[in-house]
Amino acid sequence: MSDAEQPTDDHVPGDDEFEPIQVFPEAEKMDLRPGADNCYKCSTCDTNCPVAEVDDEFPGPKFQGPEQWRLKRQDDHDIDDSVMKCSNCMRCDSACPSEVPLSQMHNTARAEYVEENMSKFSREYWRNRMLSNYRQLAPLASAFPRTANFVMGLSVTQWMGEKVLGITSEREFPEFAKTTFREWWAKRGGNATSRERAQEARAERGAEVQSEEKRIAYFHGCYSNYNTTEVGKALVRVFERFGYEVMIPEQACSGTPMFANGMLDDARRAAETNVRELSAAIEDGADVIASCTSCSMSLRQEYPELFDFEGTESVAENTWEAVEYLRVHEDLEGELEGTRVDDASFAYHAPCHSRNQGLDGQTIEVMSAIDGVEAEDVGDSCSGISGTYGWKEENYETSMKIGEEMFEHMEDAEATTGLTECPTCSMQMEHGTGYEIQHTLQVLEAALVGTELEET
Amino acid sequence: MAIEDDVLVIGGGLAGATAALTAVEEGVQVRLVTYKQSTLRHASGLIDILGYTPGGDGPIVDPFEALSALPEGHPYERVGTEAVRDALSFFDEIAGDAYAGGHTASNALVPTHGGTVKPTARYPVSTAAGLATVPKDTLLVGFETLTDFDAPLAASHLEAAGAPFEARGVTVAFPGIVRDDAKINRYAHLLDHEETVQAGAGETSAREALAATVDANLEDESRVGFPAILGDEHSDEVRADLEDALGVDVFEVPMGPPSLPGMRLEDLLYDALSDAGVRVTSGVPVIDYESDGDGAIDHVVVDRHGQEVPYRAEQYVLATGGLVGKGVRSERDRVFEPVFDCHVPHAAERYDWFVEDVFGEQPYARFGLVPDRELRPLDEDDEPEFSNLRAAGGVLGGYDYAAEKSGAGVSLATGYVAGGRAGTEASR
Repeated sequence: MSDAEQPTDDHVPGDDEFEPIQVFPEAEKMDLRPGADNCYKCSTCDTNCPVAEVDDEFPGPKFQGPEQWRLKRQDDHDIDDSVMKCSNCMRCDSACPSEVPLSQMHNTARAEYVEENMSKFSREYWRNRMLSNYRQLAPLASAFPRTANFVMGLSVTQWMGEKVLGITSEREFPEFAKTTFREWWAKRGGNATSRERAQEARAERGAEVQSEEKRIAYFHGCYSNYNTTEVGKALVRVFERFGYEVMIPEQACSGTPMFANGMLDDARRAAETNVRELSAAIEDGADVIASCTSCSMSLRQEYPELFDFEGTESVAENTWEAVEYLRVHEDLEGELEGTRVDDASFAYHAPCHSRNQGLDGQTIEVMSAIDGVEAEDVGDSCSGISGTYGWKEENYETSMKIGEEMFEHMEDAEATTGLTECPTCSMQMEHGTGYEIQHTLQVLEAALVGTELEET
Repeated sequence: MAIEDDVLVIGGGLAGATAALTAVEEGVQVRLVTYKQSTLRHASGLIDILGYTPGGDGPIVDPFEALSALPEGHPYERVGTEAVRDALSFFDEIAGDAYAGGHTASNALVPTHGGTVKPTARYPVSTAAGLATVPKDTLLVGFETLTDFDAPLAASHLEAAGAPFEARGVTVAFPGIVRDDAKINRYAHLLDHEETVQAGAGETSAREALAATVDANLEDESRVGFPAILGDEHSDEVRADLEDALGVDVFEVPMGPPSLPGMRLEDLLYDALSDAGVRVTSGVPVIDYESDGDGAIDHVVVDRHGQEVPYRAEQYVLATGGLVGKGVRSERDRVFEPVFDCHVPHAAERYDWFVEDVFGEQPYARFGLVPDRELRPLDEDDEPEFSNLRAAGGVLGGYDYAAEKSGAGVSLATGYVAGGRAGTEASR
């Protein structure tokens, strides 16, 4: 368990620091009773839980969080195994009118369950470990992308995946890029080239050519490195156009799939690398930018809730979602005035993890500034895949039931191209509707840099 | 760079949404920022204007008649009776067919899940067939797994309250629900999506199975009341199907929190906001502000998970709710408004904030901001705190919405006035 900061009733001016009262033994363990006591059982969180809505077996966030932590005051209570059915969408957090740190409770409960109640020899444990450590397998696959894509696409592989590992055969494995984003970046000349391009852009814009200010460290995450490399490239080109020098620090997985699977030790290892490398970049004057909303959520909220490495807070405070950063630091909408992308019409889905960062309306607002682009919001339902959740054989059906509302709304929308910032939401959107899916940054690239929108 | 708009509304409940919708009619760019989901999800979905006088008399038949007798400082007194009427008409336009009661100035009496009747001005169309003033014999149906609604008890309360009809309650199993504590939107989802459930010998759709279960219990009643779980997105369709199958009127009894009629009202308002071009930012709190040094707010600061992002507008509306919505907060030695630290009058001594009698006149129930007639919050010296800040809804003091049954009406009327003024000022 972590000895990270305890939650407090936040955002109260003049609120005193929370002082824990040590009534119970083992107070060094993560103890969320103070937050649990804020729960007055209004059940609003339960009505926001996409899993509870379609799965009778799942008791909902109110039970998983505050009620379970109350039960845990008795030594003879184990964490309930239903916590593994929570998909970590974190919607309960913004639902709670009483500021109960629900997702933090779920993350720690899952970690405790996996640590103490799940057999390390079980198929489920190894399957979850493999899914959440996708990063470890991806380099191998991307070293031989053609072979990997071929093997992964074989029906025998999918059959084996389901029978042996419990990974649903309903889904097609994402294709691996022939050249990873990092390989592309290195071939392009790395940081030095980026500096040159940023300086050219600054000169063109009539700004100071030498600038220590305009520097970002890109947290590309696993998916845009190994799979959708166009998203990473789009980010680089868009930021360079605004005169930003891009750095690509060493990095591990953000940890999101690990939190969601209760693999807190794996997450801690990954987080330690990320905090170290990103802190160094911040000291070099960079802000951290992510293109995946689960990655930015993880660095901003989950790290400070779960870990206390040196620099955790500073990384959280200096991490931004890419479009948000441009809106706040540049006149993004002003720059987009007069740009044009032909025949681009999108059905937009806001990922849960952008929703709980207050970014759900952003893409629609920004897109409305580009001529020729129509983006229609398809509503506030969850896509249902939630990272590794929808990959598990036992969750597939639930995942598709949750997604049904989004599929229907996408089909009702005029567009036949989807738009979202989350790589796994995009898998689900494609899987449920057959639509091609783009990332907001790709549309910005098309408008600002003039690149054609490619097929993803 | 700040995120810039003409009017910024802080708070996403009934007051905030109304303010944003009113302001945007002035042709300005409006943004609504809301933190946690609003307490609309706790609300019955009924639109009450005034059910009882502050002295406890009632139920009131004509709320508008009673408004003129309200004491000085009551939010209705601040905005005036005409504004209340206009605000209600404004709501009628937004709600369209989803709400009933617009044909009369009198309060309707809607049966609640406790078997009492509540005086209300507008009610969701789903509750329309259940009005307590309509003399039709009534069957109330409760579910074994939904403990918040005890149908036989509610029925006997209704009869004891002198309802002009016979009421009978039965408790049945909801087809397709096994869990003892299934969530209300699980019920709604089963009906909305016509999921297949096991019933008796075979499989059938949830709507059909429910109708069959109720039909077996129906005697000669001409209407059936269910707890408010009859679908979410497709609730009209669910109700119509049940009416067809049962051959009687079907209505919903408003429930305690969390409440589907409250959520449907929230959806209705947010659809209207989206149609009107109001920009909505949700899930993040406004934590601070900067003044322009000249008595006005320059910008507010929104905390986006660690990043403090400035949002600037010409005019601001504060609609963050009361003690439950956390627009007004308390610590052991003070009661305060957390964003702008506007003045909240209260006794210095904590033991004077409440009275022993639980149902007595509780001082804390009236805690909130004191506004002028333009709804600008006033400081201790009765001067506006800021020239460009107005307040609406639960954050205002001087009324006890729970006792008066005036919560929705005050939110509508003050949201309407504050939003309208903000929009007009910003369009200059």
